[in-house]
Amino acid sequence: MAKNVLEVRNLKMYYFTSKGVVKAVDNISFDLKKGEVLGLAGESGCGKSSLGFTLLGMPTPPGKIVDGSIKIDGREIVGLPEDVLRKEIRWQKISMIFQGAMNALNPVYTIGFQMTEPLIYHKGMSQEEALDRAQKYLELVGLDPEIVYRYPHELSGGMKQRVVIAMALLMEPSVVIADEPTTALDVIVQAQIINLMKRLKKELNLSMIFITHDLSILAEISDKVAIMYAGKIIEIGDSEKIYYEPAHPYTQKLLAAIPRLHEDVERLEFIPGQPPNLINPPKGCRFHPRCPYAMDVCKEQEPELKEIDKDHYAACWLL
Amino acid sequence: MAEPILKVENLKKYFPLKRGLLASLRGEPQRFVHAVDGVSFEIYKQQVFALVGESGCGKSTTGRLIVKLLEPTDGKIYLEGEDVTEIKTKEELLAYRRRVQMIFQDPFASLNPRFRIFDVLEEPLLIHGIGETRAEREELIYKALEMVKIIPPEDYVSRFPHMLSGGQRQRVAIARALILNPTFIVADEPVSMLDVSIRAEILELMKSLKDKMGVTYLYITHDLSTARYFADWIAVMYLGRIVEMGPAEKVIDNPLHPYTRALLAAVPEPKPERRNVIKELPIKGEVPSAVNIPPGCRFHPRCIYAKKGLCDVEQPKLIEYEHNHFAECHLVGKF
Ligand SMILES: Nc1ncnc2c1ncn2[C@@H]1O[C@H](COP(=O)(O)OP(=O)(O)OP(=O)(O)O)[C@@H](O)[C@H]1O
Ligand SMILES: Nc1ncnc2c1ncn2[C@@H]1O[C@H](COP(=O)(O)OP(=O)(O)O)[C@@H](O)[C@H]1O
Ligand code: SF4
Ligand code: SF4
Ligand SMILES: [Mg+2]
Ligand SMILES: [Mg+2]
Repeated sequence: MAKNVLEVRNLKMYYFTSKGVVKAVDNISFDLKKGEVLGLAGESGCGKSSLGFTLLGMPTPPGKIVDGSIKIDGREIVGLPEDVLRKEIRWQKISMIFQGAMNALNPVYTIGFQMTEPLIYHKGMSQEEALDRAQKYLELVGLDPEIVYRYPHELSGGMKQRVVIAMALLMEPSVVIADEPTTALDVIVQAQIINLMKRLKKELNLSMIFITHDLSILAEISDKVAIMYAGKIIEIGDSEKIYYEPAHPYTQKLLAAIPRLHEDVERLEFIPGQPPNLINPPKGCRFHPRCPYAMDVCKEQEPELKEIDKDHYAACWLL
Repeated sequence: MAEPILKVENLKKYFPLKRGLLASLRGEPQRFVHAVDGVSFEIYKQQVFALVGESGCGKSTTGRLIVKLLEPTDGKIYLEGEDVTEIKTKEELLAYRRRVQMIFQDPFASLNPRFRIFDVLEEPLLIHGIGETRAEREELIYKALEMVKIIPPEDYVSRFPHMLSGGQRQRVAIARALILNPTFIVADEPVSMLDVSIRAEILELMKSLKDKMGVTYLYITHDLSTARYFADWIAVMYLGRIVEMGPAEKVIDNPLHPYTRALLAAVPEPKPERRNVIKELPIKGEVPSAVNIPPGCRFHPRCIYAKKGLCDVEQPKLIEYEHNHFAECHLVGKF
C-alpha cells in the first residue's frame, strides 16, 4: 500500500486580529498517500485557503500555528525556523498553486525570468540549468517551451494557469496544493486544465490537495474528499462514499444544492442562514443553527469525527 | 400562439477599438469589437430564456442593450410589441426602465455601500414617483423584502450592504428590481459569485417569483447546469451570435451544434467514478478576438468537423431543424 506523504494531526492555526481570535483551522487531522488526490471543499470562508497556507508553513499574518503537527515524508515541519522552511521544505517538499495566482504574475518580467529566478537564487542553479528545468516543465503542462520569452499579457487565461501549475512543480515536491485552480476559467478551459491535472497525477504519481468550493469539479479528480465547515473537517472519506453515501447533514445538503446537467431536479435544496463567524463560533456542533436535525446535545457538546464505515469519518451526533 | 413579451431582431453592437494617433494619421481604418453581431430571439410571458456562452461572447452586451444601458449599432428590440429603439425622451426611458429591470453579477458592487437597505429600495420609488408618503413607501419596501425572504424587514432596513451576507445582498438586489413590479428582468450571472448553497436559494427564489409575480426573465449565465435547471429556453452564443437555440432539454439532451457539444462535454459533473478518465473535448484552439471574426462559419477554426471550401467561406444560417430547435451550422446531422 502507498505510504503517507503527508500526516496532519490536531492542527490549529488562528488569526490574532484586533477584533478577536479567528479560529480558521481548528483541530484538523488527515493523511495523504503517495499518488493520491484529496479534495477539500466547503463554503467561502470555512478555512480552505488558510489550511493550505498553514501546510506550507506560512500562515498569513496575523495567523499563527497554535498547536498540532504536520509531517511531510515523515519530517515534522511545525516549529522549524523560517530559513530551514524556506531552504528545505517550501517548494521542494510542498508547493502551492495560489488562489488567483495566474492574475498575480508580474507583468514586467518574462515568464522565463519569473520561473528561473527562485531556482537561481534559492537553489543555486546556473542560469542554463534553471532555464532547462523551466522549459521541461512548461512542456510537461502542454505549453511551447519558447513561452519563456513571452510576457504574461501575451498569454490567455488557460496558458497562464498552465504556467502557474508548472511553477508549482519545478522543484519536484512531494505534495502540491492547488487552491481553486480553475475557478476563474471558462468551462472549456477549465475542463482542459482538469485533464492536465489528471494527466500529471498519473505521469508524476503526484500527491495533491485540490481545493474548491465546487463539488462537481472536485469529483472530477479527487480520490478522497474532505468537507470543511467553520474551520473543521466534518466529513472525510473515499470520493464514492462522500458523493453517494454522504453521512453528515451538511454534506448531504451541499450535494442536494447542485443542479445536475442531465437530470431533472424538481427543487434544489439550500441551507438557510450562513456560515458562522469564526471568532465566536456556535457552541457544540458548529452547524447546529442551520441543521434541520439539531438536537439538544448538538447545542452543548461538540461531536468528534468518528469512523462510520471503512475509511469514512463524520462528526455528527446522529451517527 | 401569444405575442412574445420581448422580441429582438438582428441586434448588433460594435464597439470602436481605440486606436493610436499614429494609426489614425496613417489613415488606417477604424476597427471594431463585434460584441453582438446579428442576434434574434423571442421570449414569452413567464418564461426564462437563458443566454449561455463563454466570457466575451456578448451575453452582457445583449442584456445591456435590452435594458437600454447601451444603444445598438443596428437591429430592433420590441417590448410587448413596442419598438424600444424608438425611445428618445427621458420620460419615455424612465417609463421603460420601470418595466425592464436588471440584476447584476456582483452582489458586492451592485449596491451603493453608503446607502442603508431602506435607501437602496427607496431610491427607485423616488425616481419613479411611487408612494406619496414615506409610510406608503415603507410599506412597499417591507413587502419587497418579505418577498425575497429578508425577514423580518425591520431587522435589516437600517443596515448597510456590508452588514449582509453575499446571498442576502443578492436578495436585496432582487428586491430592488422587483419593487417596481417590472414585466421583464435581465439577470446577468446573478448567482455566479455565490456559494452553491446560496446559489440554490437565489435560483429557487427567482423561480418562485416567476410564478407569483408573472415575471419574465432573460437569464445570462456561463453555467449550463443552472440554465438547464432554471430556464425554459436556452440560446448558446459564440463570438456575438446565437449558434443554437431551443427548449432547454432539447439543447442539452440533443445538441445540434458542434460548439454546444463541446460546451456540454466540458461541464463537470459530480460523478467521482470518472475521476481517472481524461475527458474528450471535441474542440480545438482558443476563442479568437471579437475584432477579427473568422470568415464563413465563425466557429470553423475551432471546429473538428469543419469542411474546407464550405465552412471557411460561407456563413451558415440559423435554421429550425426540429420543432423550435434552431442551429447555425452547415453540417447539422452530418457528423
Ligand atoms: N490574514 C487574515 N487575517 C484575519 N482573518 C483572516 C485572514 N485570512 C483569512 N481570514 C479569515 O479566516 C477565515 C477562513 O478564510 P479562508 O481564506 O481560509 O477561507 P476559504 O475557505 O479559502 O474561502 P474562499 O472559498 O472564499 O476562498 C475567514 O473567516 C477569513 O475571513
Ligand atoms: N464598453 C465596451 N467597450 C468596448 N468593448 C466592449 C465593451 N463592453 C464589452 N466589450 C467587448 O465586447 C465583447 C463581448 O463582451 P460581453 O458582452 O461583456 O461578453 P460576456 O458577457 O458574454 O462575457 C468582448 O470582446 C468585450 O471585451
Ligand atoms: S451534530 Fe447535530 S447539529 Fe450537528 S450536524 Fe449532526 S444533527 Fe446536525
Ligand atoms: S458550419 Fe462547419 S465549421 Fe461551423 S460549426 Fe458547422 S461544421 Fe463546424
Ligand atoms: Mg480560499
Ligand atoms: Mg458578462
